[in-house]
Amino acid sequence: MTKLQTESREKFQAFLDVAFRLTTKFFAFAVLAMLVGIIVELFIGALPSIKAFGWGFFTSTEWDPVNVKFGAIVQVYGTLATSFIALLIGIPVSFGIALYLTELSPPWLKRPLGVAIELLAGIPSIIYGMWGLFVFAPHLSDDFQPWLIDHIGPIPGIGMLFQGAPMGIGILTAGIILGIMIIPFIASVMRDVFEIVPPTLKESAYAVGCTTWEVVWNVVLPYTKIGVVGGIMLGLGRALGETMAVTFVIGNAQKLSTSLLDPGSSIASTLANEFNEAVGAVYTSALIELGLIMFVITFIVLALSKVLLFQLGKQEGEKT
Amino acid sequence: MNLYQKRRLINGINLTLSMVAMGFGLFWLGWILWTLLDQGFSSVSLNVFTKMTPPPGSSGGLLNAIAGSLAMTLAGVVVGTPVGILAGTYLAEFGQKGWLAPVTRFINDILLSAPSIVIGLFVYEIYVASTHHFSGWAGAIALALIVVPVVVRTTENMLKLVPNGLREAAAALGAPHWKVIVLITLRASKAGIVTGILLALSRISGETAPLLFTALNNSFWSIDMNAPMANLPVVIFQFAMSPYDDWHKLAWAGALLITFGVLGLNILTRIIFRSKTTLH
Amino acid sequence: MDAQKSLKTKIEVRNLNFYYGKYHALRSINLSIPEKRVTAFIGPSGCGKSTLLRTMNCMYSLYPNQKAVGEILLDDENIIDGKRDLNSLRAKIGMVFQKPTPFPMSIYDNISFGVKLHEKLNRGDMDDRVEWALKKAALWEEVKDKLRQSGDSLSGGQQQRLCIARGIAVKPEVILLDEPASALDPISTARIEELITELKEDYTIVIVTHNMQQAARVSDFTAYLYLGELIEFGETTSIFTTPKQKATEDYITGRFG
Repeated sequence: MTKLQTESREKFQAFLDVAFRLTTKFFAFAVLAMLVGIIVELFIGALPSIKAFGWGFFTSTEWDPVNVKFGAIVQVYGTLATSFIALLIGIPVSFGIALYLTELSPPWLKRPLGVAIELLAGIPSIIYGMWGLFVFAPHLSDDFQPWLIDHIGPIPGIGMLFQGAPMGIGILTAGIILGIMIIPFIASVMRDVFEIVPPTLKESAYAVGCTTWEVVWNVVLPYTKIGVVGGIMLGLGRALGETMAVTFVIGNAQKLSTSLLDPGSSIASTLANEFNEAVGAVYTSALIELGLIMFVITFIVLALSKVLLFQLGKQEGEKT
Repeated sequence: MNLYQKRRLINGINLTLSMVAMGFGLFWLGWILWTLLDQGFSSVSLNVFTKMTPPPGSSGGLLNAIAGSLAMTLAGVVVGTPVGILAGTYLAEFGQKGWLAPVTRFINDILLSAPSIVIGLFVYEIYVASTHHFSGWAGAIALALIVVPVVVRTTENMLKLVPNGLREAAAALGAPHWKVIVLITLRASKAGIVTGILLALSRISGETAPLLFTALNNSFWSIDMNAPMANLPVVIFQFAMSPYDDWHKLAWAGALLITFGVLGLNILTRIIFRSKTTLH
Repeated sequence: MDAQKSLKTKIEVRNLNFYYGKYHALRSINLSIPEKRVTAFIGPSGCGKSTLLRTMNCMYSLYPNQKAVGEILLDDENIIDGKRDLNSLRAKIGMVFQKPTPFPMSIYDNISFGVKLHEKLNRGDMDDRVEWALKKAALWEEVKDKLRQSGDSLSGGQQQRLCIARGIAVKPEVILLDEPASALDPISTARIEELITELKEDYTIVIVTHNMQQAARVSDFTAYLYLGELIEFGETTSIFTTPKQKATEDYITGRFG
């Protein structure tokens, strides 16, 4: 009797073990299914637009809800241009911050300063947008943009990027705010990878007489370059998909302009502005196709970032 | 010596620039927080917490938006957390072999930074489009989908910090595997997992984009999760983009509430995590 | 002691105290390191031998809570009063660490990197310098066909000789070696020891080692440290055959440590 009881209890526990494992496995699988679901659903949603416009969607600048003609060039350009400006600002500043935090900061300041920079990432993006529209853009249009137009505008070549009226909002403004927003992401990855550089490696560089800058530039940076690029990719992924901040300040004009001071639109801002008002299957579908394009681009950028950071980790693992 | 002077100069310039970069980062944080305090406090009054969102030109508050945000955020966390914990447990405890764990880990890290507006589109497609109306539940699902990857990541990390000796000791007593995990390892990493949940909470509290196409907005008091639901971020968006001064004021008040709520959660998370790590 | 007096002193340590935060790691060290000889620091783990070595090129100044008080005279000039420019000081004093530390760049660039910091050489002169340094470090024959490869591609022993070559290439006067062979196999160790013996023709060498046979084989002078104090210092032969202090004898004969 008792033998039978323990046996059945053991069987029951073994059953629970399997059930528990399968339950957790199911949910792990659900995470995976979520990604597949997103791509499949967006693709299905985009089908009417894909059928209507084909590859022409990628070559047309037209965005005309009245005549139901759609092309993605304007939004893709806006997304890439703002992200590019964001990187131009974000990379050097993040590098400087990481350098300060790892090599220069007095030890007692390291933590509070690191937290402060990370808090920049905690501010909701809608706040960046509001602040950008009401506070930052007026400053730009009063002070910074007139200067750009007067001094850089007349230069042949680069000048064409800085012409037009100083409105405060536009591609440039969106890019600058995105730049501020991605600083905490890039800076904290850079700081973390700088900190894995073995102290003896840095000491050997100091021992041949390097200055702090030379140690960072010639030893720390080459040693961590994969991770640094991974961090930049992470920031880029964030910038490409950022919605609210951009929607507030980009100006939401569906036209292509050479000047960065002119209003434009990004994929995300177009979605935020137009999706709820879109009438007709093709219009909605064209918007979903934009979303699909953005998701695929950010997916690739983020996957690249992940692979690079993983490689740095592996390289570290082999050495120790 | 000329070369030395040049090198020292370059070093000096670059280190100064690094300090400038640090100042640059802090400058924006300071400026934004200052703006919020300045604009927000002059707009916050008792009305904000007791009255509904008004039509333009009349006075009102944000009560329905605050309530809607709380309801959807709570529902999002309640739905997303168990999924995240179970998936994270699989990655940490059963993920040593097979393809599922590494692939899920990779995908999860990407979902962690994926654009949240796409999540909104996705929920619109699978839920709003088939039920033919915006709803609080749709908003909550979108938020839950953002909670999941955050909780998965922290759960896995925290479980991996649990020393193997603890698992072995429990197994040596004859505990079945599921009991080892539920009663020992998950419990040992409780503080860390709570940190992850708080982190997810602070992440979704300020999310606007995924709610635009799911919960939409509602000018009236409603706690019906099956109807469109007001929420702070979307109200801030609509009010701030409007031309009315009264609405701007309310938007600033909402912005102040959200930001300090989120930053407060952020700092709380750090404090909990820190006291936990110093304990061990 | 007589032989020591007849030699020129390269580095003179006077009344040196060293602190890690509040921890008093070196206590009133006095010692003269003779020029163009090998001086070994021995002692049990934690006795301060590496700490003493690292004060000689002010490596501790990277860390805010480490502090040295006293004097270290390099050619009669105090190097730890903070007035000396550390970058040019370190051109005169090379250092090799316990684990090989090749920089993340090619073999050639690993050597030329340090040289470029201190001198402007044209292409041909730099090539000569790299070859010279690699020959000095007895590595040239093994790497001359793969100078463009990464320094990481070499074996541990080769990496360590690369680091020595990197130190020599700057043409220092003193070379500090912090347990340079402790992470290497016996054959690589033997090569490093041979190299040390050759290098003392031109350089003043200070080596920290926990291996007493190694100290006996390569050094001319030996200092025995214990708990942050210098217990005994003298010619290696006399230290190992007729130590004056009981503590030294116990350590050397393996009764302790």
